[in-house]
Amino acid sequence: MTFWLVLTANSITFGGLLFLLSAGFSLIFGLMRIPNLTHGSLFMLGAYIGATFVIGMLGVKMNFWLAAVLATLTVAFLGALAERMLLRRLPGDQLAQVLVTLGLSFMAADFCLLVWGGDPLSVATPPELAGFARLGVLVFPNYRLAIIVIAVIVAIGLWLLLDRTRLGAMIRAGVDDPDMARVVGVRVSQLFTIVFALGAGLAAFAGIIGGPILSVYPGLDQDMLPLALVVVILGGSGSLLGSFVGSIIVGFIYNFGQALLPELAYFVLFFPMLLVLLLRPQGLFGRHVP
Amino acid sequence: MSRKITRRKFIVGTAAGTAAATFNFPAPAIAQAAPFKLGLLTVKTGPLAQGGIQMEQGIVTFLKEKNYTFAGRKVEFISADTGGSPAGTKTKAQELIERDKVDTIVGPLAAFELLAITDYIAQQKTPCLSLAAAEDLTQRRPNPYFLRASATSSQAMHPMADFAAKELKLKRMITISEDFAFGYEQMGGFQQTFEDNGGRIVNKLWPPIVTPDYTPYLAQIEGVDGVCQGFAGSNPLRFMKQYAAAGLKYPVVTGETGGDDALLRSFGDEALGMYSCCPYTLDLNTDTNKRFVAAMNKDYGVDPGFYCAGLYVNGMVVEAGLQKTSGKSDDKTEFMKAMKSVSLTDTPRGPIKFDNFGNVIGDFYVRHLEKANGKFINKTVKVYHNVSQFWTYDEKKFLEQPVYSRNYPPLKS
Amino acid sequence: MSGRVFALGVAFVALVTLPYWMTGVYYINVASQILFYAIFALALNVLVGYAGLVSLGHAGLFGVTAYATGYMLQLGFGHPMAILVALVISLISVAIYAVLSLRSTGIGFIMITLALGEILWGLAYRWISLTGGDNGLSLKTRPEPFGYSLSDATAFYYATLVIFLLSLAAVTVFVRSPLGAALMGTRDQARRMSALGYHVWAIRFYACLFSGLLTAVSAILFVYYTQFISPQTLGLTSSAEVLLMVISGGAGTLLGPIFGAGLVVIVKTVVSGFIERWNFLLGAIFVAIVILMPEGLAPGTARLWRLARRKRARSSKAIPGSAEAKP
Repeated sequence: MTFWLVLTANSITFGGLLFLLSAGFSLIFGLMRIPNLTHGSLFMLGAYIGATFVIGMLGVKMNFWLAAVLATLTVAFLGALAERMLLRRLPGDQLAQVLVTLGLSFMAADFCLLVWGGDPLSVATPPELAGFARLGVLVFPNYRLAIIVIAVIVAIGLWLLLDRTRLGAMIRAGVDDPDMARVVGVRVSQLFTIVFALGAGLAAFAGIIGGPILSVYPGLDQDMLPLALVVVILGGSGSLLGSFVGSIIVGFIYNFGQALLPELAYFVLFFPMLLVLLLRPQGLFGRHVP
Repeated sequence: MSRKITRRKFIVGTAAGTAAATFNFPAPAIAQAAPFKLGLLTVKTGPLAQGGIQMEQGIVTFLKEKNYTFAGRKVEFISADTGGSPAGTKTKAQELIERDKVDTIVGPLAAFELLAITDYIAQQKTPCLSLAAAEDLTQRRPNPYFLRASATSSQAMHPMADFAAKELKLKRMITISEDFAFGYEQMGGFQQTFEDNGGRIVNKLWPPIVTPDYTPYLAQIEGVDGVCQGFAGSNPLRFMKQYAAAGLKYPVVTGETGGDDALLRSFGDEALGMYSCCPYTLDLNTDTNKRFVAAMNKDYGVDPGFYCAGLYVNGMVVEAGLQKTSGKSDDKTEFMKAMKSVSLTDTPRGPIKFDNFGNVIGDFYVRHLEKANGKFINKTVKVYHNVSQFWTYDEKKFLEQPVYSRNYPPLKS
Repeated sequence: MSGRVFALGVAFVALVTLPYWMTGVYYINVASQILFYAIFALALNVLVGYAGLVSLGHAGLFGVTAYATGYMLQLGFGHPMAILVALVISLISVAIYAVLSLRSTGIGFIMITLALGEILWGLAYRWISLTGGDNGLSLKTRPEPFGYSLSDATAFYYATLVIFLLSLAAVTVFVRSPLGAALMGTRDQARRMSALGYHVWAIRFYACLFSGLLTAVSAILFVYYTQFISPQTLGLTSSAEVLLMVISGGAGTLLGPIFGAGLVVIVKTVVSGFIERWNFLLGAIFVAIVILMPEGLAPGTARLWRLARRKRARSSKAIPGSAEAKP
């Protein structure tokens, strides 16, 4: 009985982490139509930078949440830089976007290896969230429960931003019809920089939030990127609801699939992804067929 | 540090190699003055870089200690990054053998890398000393030019199982390890010896190598009194964290990669109490080990683990081999024979010698992970002497059974 | 135009005489690698450059051929039989791959091919009885066509060169043919092509088959070169690598993929011997290409060459004493 409860609880919480990971990707892809293959590297960079301050490697030891904010802002800034200097020159040129984002991810991965070496870094769970919660017969770590709460907060925040603010309206306008939006006085290029920075920052935030569970190690970027792709495909790109629901669904597939079908562990995520692509290419909640 | 040497030495090496190829010097006397070329195949980029970087640190530490001189001959060291792929390994092996004309190769790191070049090495008659644990290379498909001074995948697990059954008195265990050959061979060895000693493996779990979250597997661990894990690379860190986070408290036993001393600097409190069996242990009290650890602390600021020590010992074996042939390495077969007959008593891992397959017979240490003075240490609690790759089993019978795999030994239902 | 023909002529002569001026068996081997990776890149370019379909699972197809060859050899068949069966299996695989992937275009195609590639990779890992799992399959010998042994590096190089030139010719013929033109039409204006009566799906399907056949050829050369195949070769990283060869060299051009293959192979094998952070360098080169020559190395170099020639021509034609005649 506990087996099923643990799996269910973990499906939801792992889904929360997946949402934080893929929200940025979905945002950039859905709104800017750029397949940001650097996304895994941004996740890893955020994790490394955050870990540096949590462990106190530069002599400065910080509170976990402060370190997370610092990591997020740093990587968001780097993302904005990349957008302004590189991606801006390639509107609509998907092949060049693939080349530049993959090139950046090679550079980022090797840079992390150079700076932090090959050893994995352990990120301590923030002390206020250590320990277990008892929900009836289920005993579950507090930190993982906190992740789903964080994910929900971020989801609501993003939705409010896009749906209820002027900035959000401008973003949506810039995406639907960039030329028209410019005519009306919307600074589309500036908006794209903001959106890319936001997406990059979200990836980094996910990286450090995932730190206490996943640890930080070389190769983290390549391990996490396919998961983001699966979520975005299943849930549909450009849709916040799609990302959220998609993440939870992938969380369930991951947990129950690996536990119940160990022989198919390698395929347990890609088969459903393939099915969705063949039967309903826009995903569950996607607005347009890719 | 090693990079400077690599570049400079590479240019000199190529020139010397080209010269040697153009002007055939058959007379051994003249060739003796030529430097002994040692090539390293390692991984310095990508996810396997952790072990790869440590391998280079280990061999360079030994070379520095010997002032780059073995048996009176100058040693030229060339390091090659295989990128962690079999095709890359083959290319770099060719570079070392055909372009740089190395006399001996140390490395590569991973079993699949070694398997990609084993035929090539044998064909080129280049002696190779590797940490790669693929069992059959010294069992059912032996390579006469291959020497392994570390351990086969199961060599450390047989004594671990013996310890688990006899000292820890465990009766029912679950094994969990990555879904690839190194995992199968480790857990197979553990299972065989554990069950021979009255224990029972209740279930075998195989998460894929890339598994960010082990919870679906951890949720299946119950009804046992111990867990055996065989994770490698940076996975042991994540596994132990998630194991503790899942509230599991059963004693954990593991092998050389799961309890690697190099991970001590990354582990947290969740790893306390873990038992590991390893061919190398940081707290071994031999002169060489004390020198080795001091040199590693000085040059790299870290404590060595199994990868560093493995390459240091490989260096020792090469040097000892050269001592035996009085510095001659032209006759590769003779040189190989000399290295195979090497028997050392004072190494960072204790006494070693080789069996007729080229695999080491040596001491294996069971350690307990504890905290001392705020630092994590692996405290040696038992030493198994003269452990061969066949444990206490009859060699012929052992070779007749299939190689340890996902389904061998089978689960007793 | 004659300048271009001259350059091609020089390149051809250089390639044919390579073993004589390239010192060292090792470098001849590197040349062989560049050539068969170039075939792989040319194959992918048929889809990426000429059909506008980006496949991120091509390494999976590559692996299928390599495994088929290795497995047939393990079963005891001779080289000709193994190669033939491998080619047939590859064609069947690519047909299935195409039928599934062509249900979508654009990002959908990319994602389906990615999923298929990952599934093939997973199969290579788990179907241990067939593939040996992560231990891989070894090939003990190389073929001996017409009695010439290919175990020697120079012999293997020439065999690869011949097959490379044939493949390049095949791609050129394909691209210049009506089918090729129709393919480029479907890339640029699929709806119009359909309205004009072209069967867009069929055209793309044939392009996939052609691409798959060439991929199989390069895979056979690869597996005989390394004499080993393991699941690593089918992973997403490998698919991304060949895609990068195509894009960096110049997608949609005939010679672009060859440049791209050369770039990646040289940095990975030769430059990595000098520079420890070669991965970073490779990424930086890709970014530099996007900034300086976004159309790719081959067209970019041609463009810069023409610019340089025009500048020289202008300055030499300048009237003496005028502002333009700057020394």
